[in-house]
Amino acid sequence: MAATAPITIKQDPLSTYKNERPLPFCPGCGHALILNHLDKALTRLQIPPTQTVIVTDIGCVGLSDQYFATNAFHGLHGRSIAYATGIKVANPDLHVIVLMGDGGAGIGGAHLINAARRNIGITVLVFNNFNFGMTGGEHSVTTPHGAITATTRHGNPEYPLDICATVGENGAGFVFRGTSFDRDLPERIAEAIQYEGFALLDIWELCTAYFAPNNNFGRKEMLGLVETMGLDTGLLYYRNVQEYAHYMRQLSKSAKGATPLPLKPIDPEFPNQVQKKFHLVLAGSAGAKVRSAGKLVGYAGVMSGLWATQRDDYPTTVKSGHSISEIILSPDEVRYTGVRKPDALVLISQDGLKKSGRYLASMTEEDVLFTIPEFEHVETRARKVILDPKQAGIRITRTNLALLLTAAALRELNLFPMDAMEAAVRRFQGRFADQNLPVIAASAHLLPELPE
Amino acid sequence: MSKEYIDGATAIARGALAAGCDFFAGYPITPATPILLHMVNELPKVGGVGIEAEDEIGAISMCIGAAMAGARPMTATSGPGISLYSENIGLAIMGEVPLVIVNVMRMGPATGGATTPAQGDIQFVRWGTSGGYPIIALAPSSVAECYTLTMRAFDLAERFRVPVFLLVDKEMNYAMATVDIEDYVDVSVGQRPMVPQHLPEPAVVDGIRVNVVSGRPDPRLRPEETYLPYDFDPIDAPPPTSPFGGPHITRFTTSSHDEHGFLTKDAEKVGRLNEHLRAKILHHRHEMAFGLPDLQESAETLFISFGTTARAMREAIDRARAVGRSVSGLTLHTLWPVPERMILDAVSAHRRIVVAELNHGQYIREIERLVYRHAAQHRRIPPDILGLDRADGELITPEQFLSMI
Repeated sequence: MAATAPITIKQDPLSTYKNERPLPFCPGCGHALILNHLDKALTRLQIPPTQTVIVTDIGCVGLSDQYFATNAFHGLHGRSIAYATGIKVANPDLHVIVLMGDGGAGIGGAHLINAARRNIGITVLVFNNFNFGMTGGEHSVTTPHGAITATTRHGNPEYPLDICATVGENGAGFVFRGTSFDRDLPERIAEAIQYEGFALLDIWELCTAYFAPNNNFGRKEMLGLVETMGLDTGLLYYRNVQEYAHYMRQLSKSAKGATPLPLKPIDPEFPNQVQKKFHLVLAGSAGAKVRSAGKLVGYAGVMSGLWATQRDDYPTTVKSGHSISEIILSPDEVRYTGVRKPDALVLISQDGLKKSGRYLASMTEEDVLFTIPEFEHVETRARKVILDPKQAGIRITRTNLALLLTAAALRELNLFPMDAMEAAVRRFQGRFADQNLPVIAASAHLLPELPE
Repeated sequence: MSKEYIDGATAIARGALAAGCDFFAGYPITPATPILLHMVNELPKVGGVGIEAEDEIGAISMCIGAAMAGARPMTATSGPGISLYSENIGLAIMGEVPLVIVNVMRMGPATGGATTPAQGDIQFVRWGTSGGYPIIALAPSSVAECYTLTMRAFDLAERFRVPVFLLVDKEMNYAMATVDIEDYVDVSVGQRPMVPQHLPEPAVVDGIRVNVVSGRPDPRLRPEETYLPYDFDPIDAPPPTSPFGGPHITRFTTSSHDEHGFLTKDAEKVGRLNEHLRAKILHHRHEMAFGLPDLQESAETLFISFGTTARAMREAIDRARAVGRSVSGLTLHTLWPVPERMILDAVSAHRRIVVAELNHGQYIREIERLVYRHAAQHRRIPPDILGLDRADGELITPEQFLSMI
């Protein structure tokens, strides 16, 4: 088979961006008019079809992408703007054009508003024919008050959404209202496509299957509706904005090169006295740095050659209620992270006490309860060590008590040297190290009679 | 031996970055938020973008759009968010979108317990969208596995052009654990099948356009086409694709489509498409069957578990064996498609199978289906299959396992 002379796929300039397939819409439907306007706009701009993505929503307009010889994305109802956002952020050089109906503007209202707010550089054409054409002429968010539709037989009791004001007042850079009959629509669409930020054209048109016959609604009535509703047409908002996709890419360019989430390897530097799994529970109040005190114990344990885990429990509000940290220190790998019976419980506050019932009940004479004088009389078989924060010689705050008591407990338990705690603070607490090192030092004063 | 003291969320984010993830969109939800925070803050450092979207539907939609523009996306949420992802999971299956979805499970139903671990979404992720088509789901049971299986999730998502779930729970995502650095195992991450990124040369032979994939004239091609975006051959092979913005025109659709990506109701084409979506996963299920069998010949009891619950299982096994008792365990890393051979091989000589999960018994249905069918086919008496369930917000304990031996 002899090859004929190669010919290119499309000769520039392109005379149309549509393919050869005839449009499928009902006679008189505004969709065909708008798509021809869009074709003219694209032809004027001569953007390569490979750099153009037509994203369609659902409804009759959702069929539209199939009649263009460009990239196409046909997605779910109401989500076209969100797909377009992802496409644009992934490749900000693309021209992303969303074709959606008034139905899509309703179900996808959250995406509409937020795309406007972000000024993502996509172009949205709303094919606004005041009802759901594909499913049988039900009312939509733009159906005029009093209009007859399949779901408003007695006249629409709701008032229509002003799409242009909604996106315009929320930051959209380019907002236009017009009709499918506007002769200058190709120019306006071309301007919108060339505009950097979020551009929306609310294009009113006739649904000849449902809305037009049900409401004696023709071209003249549609133009009259603009007036009776007191709305303006033409370019309604135009501002210079920062386009979101390019901004995000710029942000990435300036951050590029830094190591993301670098490994923080820990090598054993300190000895330990832990022969078998040791279960330590810290019970205090949320927002009082209980978890961070626990984390320091874990880091110090690992720096002492142990395997550590920490499991936290706290309510969904992070600064009120209880905060429980269950820490396991072990010479071998720890798999199950739960603690049934603590070997030591550090009871820090009333919030902690409320959640400590099962720990206190399970503890035996071999276990130790570390707590403040306030809870001296809690019932438990565990040996009690009462730690009086007043002896610390530092100002006690809501956020240092947990570390103070935990450090004192560790001194008494002697699982690993306190040097390990101090080293953990220096290595892992960054700017808080200066605050926490004196707390660890002060914890020595809570145990005036150290064993031996 | 160097160690690290970290949580699962960090390991998942690191695994994603190591796998070449360059796009993330998510919406804050406990207990998945730490992954969102990591990705939004870290992705720019590798030239990627992380977005906090307006809602979960926006988040997964952005990921899908980005994927088709060539990105390698991930999103993370919890059960309530998966509910909102549902329709778009179907779209990702239909359009053949590579996408990693982390589901940090929390106790349901509904908002349930936001800070409470659970494994209640096992069947939900498998059947969570209309139509019933297969997805892939992996479940790490240690922090190091969070890293490795996230990489594997990207590999499978890309190679099979399908949403892949990484199933973890609040416990795995948040609990601090000590990791031996050597246990962070890197796996190779493939790429979705790609159309050659140049135009066919020559473009036309004897008046017939040349398909850039086959390099031969292809009478099916339309004037604007250089390849067919949904041309699968054989039926279980994901079709080669080209990103928006590349040299080729690409069509994507959520509707039943032909090889061009045009809507169709042609029964033959629709039937073939739907068979393709099924076959591309199920014909390859043995390539994605991962797990850790730990079998003892003398054992009568086999524990089967996954995720956080498998950690308690492994501790129970160690404790039992330390006192001279025999017991086997199977930690499943792949939940969907069901790793049938691995399960049947592990089950073979045992008299009692205990399936442990933090729900009211979901995965046990798969074990029963497999084991009973296999026994019937081979005219054997099946082993007893028992469930060890829990749905009160607490973890299944090693003691509960030990009581089942």
